[in-house]
Amino acid sequence: MRASLFGQKIKVKQPLGTKTSHVVRFAGDSGDGIQLQGQQFTVASALAGHDLATLPDFPAEIRAPAGTRYGVSAFQIQFGGERITTPGDAPDVLIAFNPAALVVNLDTLAPHSLVVVDESAFSAQRLKRADLASNPLDDGTLDHHEVVRIDISHMTIEAVKPHGLGTKDSLRCKNFWALGLVLWMFDQPREPTQTWIKSKFGNNEQVRDANLTALDAGHAYGETAELSHILDQERIPEAPLDAVEYRTITGAESLALGLVAAGELADTELMFCSYPITPASSLLHNLVGLEDAGVATFQAEDEIAAVCAAIGSSYAGKLGVTSSSGPGIALKAEAIGLGVATELPLIVVNSQRAGPSTGMPTKTEQSDLYQAVYGRNGDTPLPVVATRSPADCFDAAIEAVRIALRHMTPVILLTDGYIANASELWPLPDLETYPDIETRRPTTEDSGSVFQRNPATLARLWAAPGDERFVHRIGGIEKDIDSGNISYDAANHQSMTNLRTGKIASVADFIDPQTIDQGHTSGLAVVAWGSTYGTIFKAVKDALIAGLNVAHIHIRHISPLPPNLAELLADFDTVLIPELNNGQLATLIRDRLCIPVQQLNKVTGQPLTVTEVRAAIELYATRQEQSAG
Amino acid sequence: MNALTFKDFATDQEVRWCPGCGDYAILKSVQRALADDGADPANTVFVSGIGCSSRLPYYIETYGFHTIHGRAPAFATGVKLANPELDVWVVTGDGDGLSIGGNHLLHALRRNINLNVLLFNNEIYGLTKGQYSPTSRPGTNSPSSPAGSVESPIAPGRFALGAGATFFARCVDIDQKGMPGLFNAAKDHPGTAFVEILQNCIVYNKDVFDDVVAKKNAPDNQILVQHGKPLLYGKENDKGLMLNTKTLQLEPVVLGTDGVSLNDIQVHDETNPTLAQILVDMGPGAPTAMGVIHRRTAPVFDQQFWGIRPKARKQQVNSLLRTGNLLDRR
Ligand SMILES: Cc1ncc(C[n+]2csc(CCOP(=O)(O)OP(=O)(O)O)c2C)c(N)n1
Ligand code: SF4
Ligand SMILES: [Mg+2]
Repeated sequence: MRASLFGQKIKVKQPLGTKTSHVVRFAGDSGDGIQLQGQQFTVASALAGHDLATLPDFPAEIRAPAGTRYGVSAFQIQFGGERITTPGDAPDVLIAFNPAALVVNLDTLAPHSLVVVDESAFSAQRLKRADLASNPLDDGTLDHHEVVRIDISHMTIEAVKPHGLGTKDSLRCKNFWALGLVLWMFDQPREPTQTWIKSKFGNNEQVRDANLTALDAGHAYGETAELSHILDQERIPEAPLDAVEYRTITGAESLALGLVAAGELADTELMFCSYPITPASSLLHNLVGLEDAGVATFQAEDEIAAVCAAIGSSYAGKLGVTSSSGPGIALKAEAIGLGVATELPLIVVNSQRAGPSTGMPTKTEQSDLYQAVYGRNGDTPLPVVATRSPADCFDAAIEAVRIALRHMTPVILLTDGYIANASELWPLPDLETYPDIETRRPTTEDSGSVFQRNPATLARLWAAPGDERFVHRIGGIEKDIDSGNISYDAANHQSMTNLRTGKIASVADFIDPQTIDQGHTSGLAVVAWGSTYGTIFKAVKDALIAGLNVAHIHIRHISPLPPNLAELLADFDTVLIPELNNGQLATLIRDRLCIPVQQLNKVTGQPLTVTEVRAAIELYATRQEQSAG
Repeated sequence: MNALTFKDFATDQEVRWCPGCGDYAILKSVQRALADDGADPANTVFVSGIGCSSRLPYYIETYGFHTIHGRAPAFATGVKLANPELDVWVVTGDGDGLSIGGNHLLHALRRNINLNVLLFNNEIYGLTKGQYSPTSRPGTNSPSSPAGSVESPIAPGRFALGAGATFFARCVDIDQKGMPGLFNAAKDHPGTAFVEILQNCIVYNKDVFDDVVAKKNAPDNQILVQHGKPLLYGKENDKGLMLNTKTLQLEPVVLGTDGVSLNDIQVHDETNPTLAQILVDMGPGAPTAMGVIHRRTAPVFDQQFWGIRPKARKQQVNSLLRTGNLLDRR
């Protein structure tokens, strides 16, 4: 059946179906406000009671020429009435603002997807800018998809006419027009976006009202007029959520909140020192907004100065935190070694990106694990902790700070570009339920050497200038194990090396035992770390439903490893380690546990897909009934 | 409590510089400066990089941090920002501060954070056994420049003023009388106070400053500048510096010769950065300026830093989490 819309024939959209979740991708020029559209849709989904996961996909260039393929900015969200842990392998709805945005995303689309395009953007000139010889709307390219052509630009200009904006400014409202339409398609609330527009453009009534009108017009277009007989409105069931409060959160936001939460739990102020680098800068930007919650931010002249200032701050009694990405972490290595030698607490956050060298700054990877675990001169061990998802950054940050202050040591916290920018629905934690973080600050009774140690953690005292009882000198030269004075004594260096090793090993005595995230206790163990969590969770979940003998074990503590890990893995026939690198956790597990492991490695700058992980599971897992026999 | 003497600022550690090294006298002067000023050891921190000079903190009975090569200003910045009440000193060398650490020194000076920087300039890398440094004169023979170095040196004063220093002073390591006062002037200066100390490395660059420092040369080759006073020097105090308005240089003149009178002598204005630029590097034939060459007031970074942000925690995380768009399923 065909229906007429603005003189064209288009297919009647079959209902998006009875699915309980959808993957929607917004795509356009970076100037089109795609990210904003995606973020507003995310909030609306959450308030509609859906679980969700999002993935922004920005171009590397700040303002690439309009209409080019490499200038396409995209935002993908999976939302639904079930547990959602990934932004989805393949979108089933694409909103494309121009030809380039359409063609670069075609390959990723699920079969029979719904493609909504701004038809006015498909002029000969703009087709050319996207390197297209023919119009994909007419040349059969989209035969396997359902296409809805709407002259979004024109409709927006018409809608906002009463507000008297010029054409250019009117067109800037089209992201809200399209958002209104998509909100209608999935029956999601407009109120959060209306509130956002009102606060954002509060001092410019004309722009504010035009955007509000555009949002309503897009919504009304779907509802009343022309679309209701083409598109069915989709009402997705609410997700089975717990009886708590939720909000959406990106990894960078959650990590920032986790750091200040840790400061609160430790009753200590933080000094965050960093130098801008993609994708780590978003942490700085978020912390700047939290300065009344016990953190001060300092933008240093380079990565080295940043870590040095953080260590200086820790020496002076405020916990130093520094943050960067691989290239910057490399620059910090020498100073981190000083932190280990002087036994000062320090948090080093690495938002990993594709390397080596500058690599692909906006693309994600997990290839700095070796750097974190091994990347310093000397025998210089330190704890390494990894976060698994945007919301998990909160707890991972608290854990990193807890270890640093308990053992008086630098700690590296690994996250990545994907986690930093992605968002998910977060059941809000109650900080009251978290145990306080204990520090080694001297009590009023303490006196004597700052090198008196807690026998269980081997941590020295954290005495700071200002305290007349502990006037002392520290430095990078090997120190006498008792007095802390400079020592070149051979046996002492052996003892100090043993002490440093033992101290980091003792971290394992305090961490929670490794658990199985889901699945069986034998068969195939899928062991992973970091941002692959959501994808692997979903792949294993599907495999379990399909009757495969598989388990998902996700590791937070990279070094030292959880003490029960060897025992836990001993019951499995096969260990499979999927990673976004060339096999770094695999090496570590082989080395530390002396067990054989299988690898699944991907370094395209893109996250793993559920399909890829599922395929690897099929390769190694047995059917449940077989193993039971 | 009885007032502390300079001996109270000595640690129990054996001082390990070469016998005759200029660093000994500097150490003593620092200790004396602290005693003279009634410094509180608990609130004083010496931060250093790496080099012979950077060993100094081990020998001073205050808080101290011997860090890594070149980065002392960055560590000190962290210390000062974390606790602006502390008196924070940076001890560095010509290699530590001007080659590997040039960047950090530049930014400390540019920000004008309240640190007192003592740069021991021996025009050589002492600790690594005598290679030429960024302040070595052209032609310096060293293990890494056996045919004489061919690089053109940086004058620490030029560097500092170029970076926007608000305090620059110079002294020599044998001036045990003058150093403590100068160090305390640096300490009293709000902002980054930079002191260049001409230091004799008797092993690798022996007597390189003799033309300025040696007893017989000092009177005619040094000028102690004093704010508001004419720039006079010489054994008889009959020599002076006169501004040549054509070359924009200070020229050595002799009072009473060629009609030169006291009125012709340039009066020192320590607040004038242009005059300071001329004074720090006057070239051959002119004396080397000592004392407070430049001092002016400017916004101080650590004060500005804390002026624009809360000094303590005001918000609890539990309430921060519960703002914005919440989905309440309770
Ligand atoms: C990262 C690093 N590079 C090189 C060195 C070796 N090093 C130690 S001190 C020094 C030069 C010191 O010269 P200077 O700062 O002038 O100090 P001096 O010994 O002359 O007082 C060098 C190159 C080091 N310790 N660390
Ligand atoms: S090498 Fe030179 S600077 Fe170093 S201690 Fe010896 S004399 Fe002093
Ligand atoms: Mg030197």
